Amino acid sequence: MLGRTLREVSAALKQGQVSPTELCQRCLSLIKKTKFLNAYITVSEEVALKQAEESEKRYKKGLSLGDLDGIPVAVKDNFSTAGIETTCASNMLKGYVPPYNATVVQKLLDQGALLMGKTNLDEFAMGSGSTDGIFGPVKNPWSYSKQYREKRKQKSHGENEDSDWLITGGSSGGSAAAVSAFTCFAALGSDTGGSTRNPAAHCGVVGLKPSYGLVSRHGLIPLVNSMDVPGILTRCVDDAAIVLGILAGHDPKDSTTIQDPVKPFTLPSLTDVSKLCIGIPKEYLTPELSSEVRSLWSKAANLFESEGAKVIEVSLPHTSYSIVCYHVLCTSEVASNMARFDGLEYGHRCDTDVSTEAMYAATRREGFNDVVRERILSGNFFLLKENYENYFVKAQKVRRLIARDFVNVFNSGVDVLLTPTTLSEAVPHTEFIREDNRTRSAQDDIFTQAVNMAGLPAVSVPMALSSQRLPIGLQFIGRAFCDQQLLTVAKWFEKRVQFPVIQLQELMDDCSSIFENEKLASVSLK
Amino acid sequence: MATPMLRWCCPGRRWIFAGIGGGSRHGRGVPTGSTSSGKKGQSSVAQQPLITAQKPRKGEREWAAVVGLEIHAQIASNSKLFSGSQVDFAAPPNSLVSFFDASLPGTLPVLNRRCVEAAVMTGLALDCHINRKSLFDRKHYFYADLPAGYQITQQRLPIAVNGSLAYSVCVGKRWSQMVTRTVGVKQIQLEQDSGKSLHDNLRSQTLIDLNRAEGQLRVDANISVHHPGEPLGVRTEVKNLNSARFLAKAIDYEIQRQISELENGGKILNETRSFDYKLGCTVPMRDKEGKQDYRFMPEPNLPPLLLYDSGSLPTGADPQQVIDIDQLRERLPELPRVTREKLVRQYGMLPEHSFALLNEVGLLEFFQNVIKETRAEPKKVTSWVLNTFLGFLKQQNLAVSESPVTPSALAELLDLLDRKAISSSAAKQVFEELWRSKGKTPAQMVAEKKLELMQDAEALEQLCRSMLEAHPQVVTDVKKGNPRAINKLIGLVRRATLGRADPTVIKEVLERQLSS
Repeated sequence: MLGRTLREVSAALKQGQVSPTELCQRCLSLIKKTKFLNAYITVSEEVALKQAEESEKRYKKGLSLGDLDGIPVAVKDNFSTAGIETTCASNMLKGYVPPYNATVVQKLLDQGALLMGKTNLDEFAMGSGSTDGIFGPVKNPWSYSKQYREKRKQKSHGENEDSDWLITGGSSGGSAAAVSAFTCFAALGSDTGGSTRNPAAHCGVVGLKPSYGLVSRHGLIPLVNSMDVPGILTRCVDDAAIVLGILAGHDPKDSTTIQDPVKPFTLPSLTDVSKLCIGIPKEYLTPELSSEVRSLWSKAANLFESEGAKVIEVSLPHTSYSIVCYHVLCTSEVASNMARFDGLEYGHRCDTDVSTEAMYAATRREGFNDVVRERILSGNFFLLKENYENYFVKAQKVRRLIARDFVNVFNSGVDVLLTPTTLSEAVPHTEFIREDNRTRSAQDDIFTQAVNMAGLPAVSVPMALSSQRLPIGLQFIGRAFCDQQLLTVAKWFEKRVQFPVIQLQELMDDCSSIFENEKLASVSLK
Repeated sequence: MATPMLRWCCPGRRWIFAGIGGGSRHGRGVPTGSTSSGKKGQSSVAQQPLITAQKPRKGEREWAAVVGLEIHAQIASNSKLFSGSQVDFAAPPNSLVSFFDASLPGTLPVLNRRCVEAAVMTGLALDCHINRKSLFDRKHYFYADLPAGYQITQQRLPIAVNGSLAYSVCVGKRWSQMVTRTVGVKQIQLEQDSGKSLHDNLRSQTLIDLNRAEGQLRVDANISVHHPGEPLGVRTEVKNLNSARFLAKAIDYEIQRQISELENGGKILNETRSFDYKLGCTVPMRDKEGKQDYRFMPEPNLPPLLLYDSGSLPTGADPQQVIDIDQLRERLPELPRVTREKLVRQYGMLPEHSFALLNEVGLLEFFQNVIKETRAEPKKVTSWVLNTFLGFLKQQNLAVSESPVTPSALAELLDLLDRKAISSSAAKQVFEELWRSKGKTPAQMVAEKKLELMQDAEALEQLCRSMLEAHPQVVTDVKKGNPRAINKLIGLVRRATLGRADPTVIKEVLERQLSS
């Protein structure tokens, strides 16, 4: 049952094949069994069971709230949840219990979803590995998959398998791992430079970054306000569309959300792609791109072409400046957004009380990790009066050029862009931490952050396993507010590529009942 | 915190002084005729930078002062600029704090429509250009009552710019010697207010109230002095002035301080100072000594504020989502300048009286209500309202709305006076009674106290005749040609009537009887 998609399990709930409480308990037990993945910071067991009970009552009365009623979901721990600790994986917010729900969380709850818990991340979502939070790194479920382990057995004997686990990517690694390991059916991530799409690609799930302004940010603890978007992680494109349909729309509490009403939608099943024009940005063919990802990328392009779509090479000429520009804008907003954490109103406060200034300094030194402090420092440097024009204003101008690159390409008739999501498959943690956070982020966000600067919708869809038997995802980028069109194309692609289901039975042999119907699970992806 | 604020910047107001060289630097007064007229002085020579207020003596060089004001005015709105929290003066500390006001992570600012309207209307009233597009910025500094670590303001592109305000100011001792001046308004911007810090030195604690900052009006003055023809001097900023009187004092002091400093070979530091109202001087603010870099940045959570006029209004737009400048212009109340002109024209009022009527909240309405109900001359009404009525209010420190005397009562009283039913001294007495005991009409009061003028001509004739008989010596004096002697007789008759007889009538009767 847990291996099913959201849509399937929703149908099962409606038909009474399973009850919300039963479903909730199964997920909770799996969360416990997969605790070593470190996907969750807080498991809200009591809340979830209570919600399941309520949901069950509704089903019994035939008053289901809709597709999400009774569905276990998880939320990244940088979304405010009323009464449930929200830490951002930082000492600064350890013990902080928000008095309100983020709008997206509220919308999920209003639909009857069950909140299983809050998922792990890099501190304040600053990172691309989900390795830099105070609760420790998240482990990629694929490290323990039958596929990967068998492959490793063939290759190397005697190596300590357990110490060689893979990172999830990040910063929404906890959410990606939670969905990938079947502990929930959908999870919220956040996406500022690729934080939803990157771990989705590494964990073999669908990661959607909606258009900026389509989904409310109210309650999302910000990284970069002008780029942050709540992200959606699911096991298939249809599920992402269901969740998006519920989350999208104007929020009076977020002035940057669009005013136009958004209607829930179901994705059509595309049969004919001959009228479709797919753009392949040539600048994304970088030397750092692994040969495997590159070959899958061209395979995907060929797939579209062979089915009659028009596939053309396009140019996004300012791509190479994007990551530097992103760095300046990101750190500047970070410096500003982090200013509120002073230990006065909430969160960590140091013991020093010689003076207000000394208290601020000690509180912030103790509360933030090196990565956060580094970004605050850089950002404040860029915002200094003497530097503002040379850095911030310039970066804003470059941002506009980058956004214009996309507009030009879409105006030339391209419907959707097809690119890699990441340079390569997930790497082992030991390898990942050889580079510092900044270097890693710059590399890992290479294909994803430009989309945030332009505010466009993008989705990472798992395509195939690498020779190491690890997932590789490709990214589709759509026109602003054409999220539905984007997902329709992604759905077509998903159906063609038949990405294999993760096989975790060996690892969790005692919970084989979870996968009582392996065949169904794999069929479900069609 | 997050109380809506309007900030006006009025730059380049200039005073010109004669510099005083040589000895008497210390303890000298403010140069006459410029800033000494108190608050009116602050903008008295705006746009006319090179008028010397005082002729320099030989060998002295002139000083010119440049003063710019930053006026923080709280908007009369029901909720705060960026949050749904209410605004209320008397509320207990931290009782009107939304999650946004406390800067809880994840909260976002939402612009209050009423505040935008107030800003536009202020801009229109001050003859500003209203920017069809304005932007919001973050201004960063760490302070305990600034929970976000930044303040949202409009630094780059404010809602209104380039305005002016014409005003009248006394140039001599008399109110009638008034001239009209104009001061420029550089910009009007919407700004979030910070919270309030309460320092408990005893326990060395600081308590924070995030309801709002104190005071509805706060002014920061930027001041510098220079020799005319030379570049402007280094400026200092005097912060948190909350009354017009202290503002004038602080500016006067600061100008003199700067001149003394420079004439003694000293230097002016670009610093923030505060005004010590007990000592009447400005002192450097210790906690803001270091040079602040506010690291301004666009506020990413508020899209540009777009305003429309009837010509540019997008078709089919939700009226709740757009602001039409033309519509606001129509809603603009009559501006004080126009009202004053009308008063002068309509009632033949002196201009200074028109100012006095508008300077007190509710006084004009009171005046107009009296006018409506009385047959008395407007001049009489003006005099009674501005002298007697306002005098009583001031004496007891009351607002017009708190007056025990209603416009109808005063109108009735003035009617009695107008048809000579009572004397003006009796009228004053009635007014006092009205002030003391609410609820009675002037007519009742007059009847009770027997204050009505003697209407019985025969009785007055007799009273006069007996008075003449009783005082033969005075009568002799009158006949000898002593003109004052008759006044004594008039006084005696008045006293005998308990003040109810009109002195002019008494005089007529006495003169007739004496000459017959």
